[in-house]
Amino acid sequence: MLAVLFVTLLAAFTMATFSVTSAHADEVGTEYDFTLSGNVQFNGDVLKGVAIDVKGNGYQADTVTDAEGKWSIGVPEKGSYEVTLDEDTLPDGVIVAKGGSVIDTEFALTDRKSVNFFLGEGTRNTVNFFDQFVNRFVNGLNFGLLLALAAIGVSLIFGTTGLSNFAHAEMITFGALATLVFSVNFGLPIWLAIIFAIVLSGGLGFGLDAVIWKPLRRKGVAVIPLMIVSIGLSLALRYTYQYFFGGSTTQLPGAGMKDLQFGPVSLSPIDMASMGLSIVVLLAVAYFLLRTRIGKATRAVSDNPSLASASGIDVDNVIRIVWIVGAALAGLSGVLWAYFRPGVSWDMGFQMLLLVFAAVTLGGLGTAFGALIGSIIVGLFVELSTLWLPSDMKIVGALVILILVLLFRPQGILGRKERIG
Amino acid sequence: MDWGAIFGNAAVELISPTTAAYALAALGLAVHFGYTGLLNFGQAGFMALGAYGYAISILTFGFPVWGAFLVGVGASVVFALILGVPTLRLRADYLAIVTIAAAEIVRLLFTTNTFSAVTGSANGLSGYKNEFAALNPLAEGSYGFGPFENNAYDTWLRIVAWSIVILAALLVWQIMRSPWGRVIKGIREDEDAVRALGKNVYAYKMQSLILGGVFGTIAGMIFALPRAVVPSNYQTTLTFFIYAILLLGGAATVLGPIIGSMIFWVLLSFFSGFVARAVEAGWLPFMTSVQGGQLRFILVGVAIMLIVIFRPQGIFGNKKELSFVR
Amino acid sequence: MSADAIPVDSTVAPQPTGSTNKPIKTTGLHIGEAEPGCAKVDPILVVDNVRRTFGGLTAVDVDHIEVPRGAITALIGPNGAGKTTLFNLLTGFDKPDAGKWTFEGRSLSGVPAYRVARMGQIRTFQLTKALGLLTVMDNMLLGAKGQSGENLFRALLPFLWRSQEEGNRAKALDLLTRFKLDTKKDDYAASLSGGQRKLLEMARALMSDPTLVMLDEPMAGVNPALTQSLLDHILNLKAEGMTVLFVEHDMHMVRHIADWVIVMAEGKVVAEGDPHEVMRNPAVIDAYLGQHHDEDIGEDSDVENQHVSAVKELLDDER
Repeated sequence: MLAVLFVTLLAAFTMATFSVTSAHADEVGTEYDFTLSGNVQFNGDVLKGVAIDVKGNGYQADTVTDAEGKWSIGVPEKGSYEVTLDEDTLPDGVIVAKGGSVIDTEFALTDRKSVNFFLGEGTRNTVNFFDQFVNRFVNGLNFGLLLALAAIGVSLIFGTTGLSNFAHAEMITFGALATLVFSVNFGLPIWLAIIFAIVLSGGLGFGLDAVIWKPLRRKGVAVIPLMIVSIGLSLALRYTYQYFFGGSTTQLPGAGMKDLQFGPVSLSPIDMASMGLSIVVLLAVAYFLLRTRIGKATRAVSDNPSLASASGIDVDNVIRIVWIVGAALAGLSGVLWAYFRPGVSWDMGFQMLLLVFAAVTLGGLGTAFGALIGSIIVGLFVELSTLWLPSDMKIVGALVILILVLLFRPQGILGRKERIG
Repeated sequence: MDWGAIFGNAAVELISPTTAAYALAALGLAVHFGYTGLLNFGQAGFMALGAYGYAISILTFGFPVWGAFLVGVGASVVFALILGVPTLRLRADYLAIVTIAAAEIVRLLFTTNTFSAVTGSANGLSGYKNEFAALNPLAEGSYGFGPFENNAYDTWLRIVAWSIVILAALLVWQIMRSPWGRVIKGIREDEDAVRALGKNVYAYKMQSLILGGVFGTIAGMIFALPRAVVPSNYQTTLTFFIYAILLLGGAATVLGPIIGSMIFWVLLSFFSGFVARAVEAGWLPFMTSVQGGQLRFILVGVAIMLIVIFRPQGIFGNKKELSFVR
Repeated sequence: MSADAIPVDSTVAPQPTGSTNKPIKTTGLHIGEAEPGCAKVDPILVVDNVRRTFGGLTAVDVDHIEVPRGAITALIGPNGAGKTTLFNLLTGFDKPDAGKWTFEGRSLSGVPAYRVARMGQIRTFQLTKALGLLTVMDNMLLGAKGQSGENLFRALLPFLWRSQEEGNRAKALDLLTRFKLDTKKDDYAASLSGGQRKLLEMARALMSDPTLVMLDEPMAGVNPALTQSLLDHILNLKAEGMTVLFVEHDMHMVRHIADWVIVMAEGKVVAEGDPHEVMRNPAVIDAYLGQHHDEDIGEDSDVENQHVSAVKELLDDER
């Protein structure tokens, strides 16, 4: 009984291999004993002229599929080989859908091995390098601009009070969460929700300074303990957010709009609005710092607090304004970050914090314009690095640049060098 | 309200290997920050190197336990050297940011799919305990009493973990009483003064960085042994918790990191046990047990703030010797 | 003042110079005319073409200076003359744009600060750097040279460094007694007064038996009651064979104990010489009074410059 089964199977095998060999028109490597072969078809139609390449064990050969979509390549050894289907030779609208266009295959017990590719509908991403570069560049600019909104606050707070504010992350998240609550829970139109959120963020900044930072400054607490306090505050606020909003990510209304194409660049209306808004706000901040009395006082305090105080500037007032404006900018940054990621979550600010610090440090701690330049550079690096690095490592590029710059220019790009005693 | 279980579970944390791991990492940070004044915020990176160094050596390369241990320590020294060259000449705030960046780079390298064959990417690694278990001289069975009862592997792990902690503590104690320690404490306060006395400040800081980093790495190995190696465990928040422990116990002390770790874990366990049962019993109708877990961490954050503001020297510290409060 | 080629050896019989009323001055230190950059009979420090600029500002631009061995040399000049910058450059705490200098014949350019200290050139700081979080005794022990326990590995084996530590401790106690700080040896240095901290810094500097002691404004912020004792200690340094170079603004002190004066202004050396001669040098007067030449500097004037009045005082004294 078993013997009959075995013989039948053997016969079937032999028939199969015979049929495969006899039908071939485009064969390569027929002098070898072992063969890799396959059938390329899509939706019942055979595909002719598709290029197949086989590589392995020091051997390489290629062929194209014949009129029946079949191909066969002989190989010298019974081992492992890499079989590649050249997607460029597929007809339009057809791509390798599952498993990839490169298959690693290995012979089993017989001298023949069949290799099949899974085809599906789709268009190949034939974007050339330059186009990808431009697209990423614009996205990097978008990210850099929203980063700048947060970074300027961090830099000014550092300049005027010496504090490296880790809780800035939570001021960023606050803006997004507030917008979410106002628009989704209260049903306000999105533009109104954003305005309320920014105002509330400014209020949060004012509150934090009044309740925590000013009393500590009065007490004469040094800069390092202040930084550690901000770390504790950051932790407490972050988990408070998680307490009330849970661990999941929610979308703001209007997120996920389809991209429009402008030549090589694909941007959604939200992206464009985000960049536009960032630029307008940054110009307003620049005007504030350069032209207004308070702005100049802010730059003076940020540059040299004791000298500024000696020249009659009300340092406490300046610091209060810095906290309000810095927090409001952080809130706006959070909203734009929520549209960029996209999504609102309890730790979204914390995810961005390291890049904010990198931008501020790169540009020079304490200067607002340094923060802007640093942010643009970081934003561009993060997005452009995906052209070479896998996308889950894109932050690494920016961080490495940070470390390298500090190695050669410890004060950052626009920062001032310090003298010894 | 099962008070027995609440207290029991909390008490167990006193000798748990996780407590030992955090104590050792905090001891390393005491060398860095407490004694030398180096604001190293990348201790999580050192721990990740230890955990992954050990696991990868065992799983991918088939090293024996001591070989895997040496690989981890070696990686730690290299990381400290790479970290030290650009950062040790920087001001404190810059050092903090750069060390966070470095630790995050390490974590991202372990999380990325690019190396997932070796690192397991986001899922991490497991199955490396057998070699360590094979070294266990204890026979099968239960050891200990009451809530402190453990099987042979867990008891062995605790013995090894706490022995290492005690050895490390003795080492730190001895070295800080020596002339080397004196130079380090001088550097903490004023580098230029020490430089003017003929000491190579950069070399001392590097030595301190390596020493504390190696402690962090061994802590990472101890931390990984009772569980799996998962990259999301080694985020910056881990470093922040170790700082919380260090500040609680006393930044420039030897007992501080150890007792601080014990108190931290006992309280954390007690609190979460209490809240979980209180929620079940309906005492806290406005809270879910998940939220109870988050409440713990809110309190850790608040505790950090309060300690630094009102008692920066921690439990065992000496206010007169505190250098970061000036 | 004659330009003797043979120096009068004032250190033959180290007398207790406890009375600053009549410190014994060393003379005949220079060769040729007493002008900026003049050669010395026995220079311990030779500086050549050192320049340091900050942004567009030239802080130091010195062609040539020689500091005589075994004498007390004062480096004076108005604020912003570049004295402390020069100090920082010579001791390795700052890097010059150009220039070279030698100490005991060995080149120091590019040598980091800690190595300069090990070579026997110890400096103190304008803002005293007594380590407040360490005890007075610990401060002193830090100053000692060649303590093998300062090596990471040897530190773990106390028997390797115990006896050295005991020796250093004895030496420290000796020095502390001399500086009248022995009762405070186990106190934290932070509990000392400003003047006591200055003394501690000086005592600590002596732990390594330096050859050249560089004091950056030793009198700054010191209570007048302590100045006498500080001056005595500085004179003692010379009595024990050390060379002293100090920066000062206090003209009385300079005139009293300095054997030689180097005057800097706007980064350059404008005069050198014996303290009395230097005070009369028109270039020096110019440097201090220069900008006020046309104005009447009387008591009524708003422009009261401390240096100006001090120099005026000395000029009056001389007449």
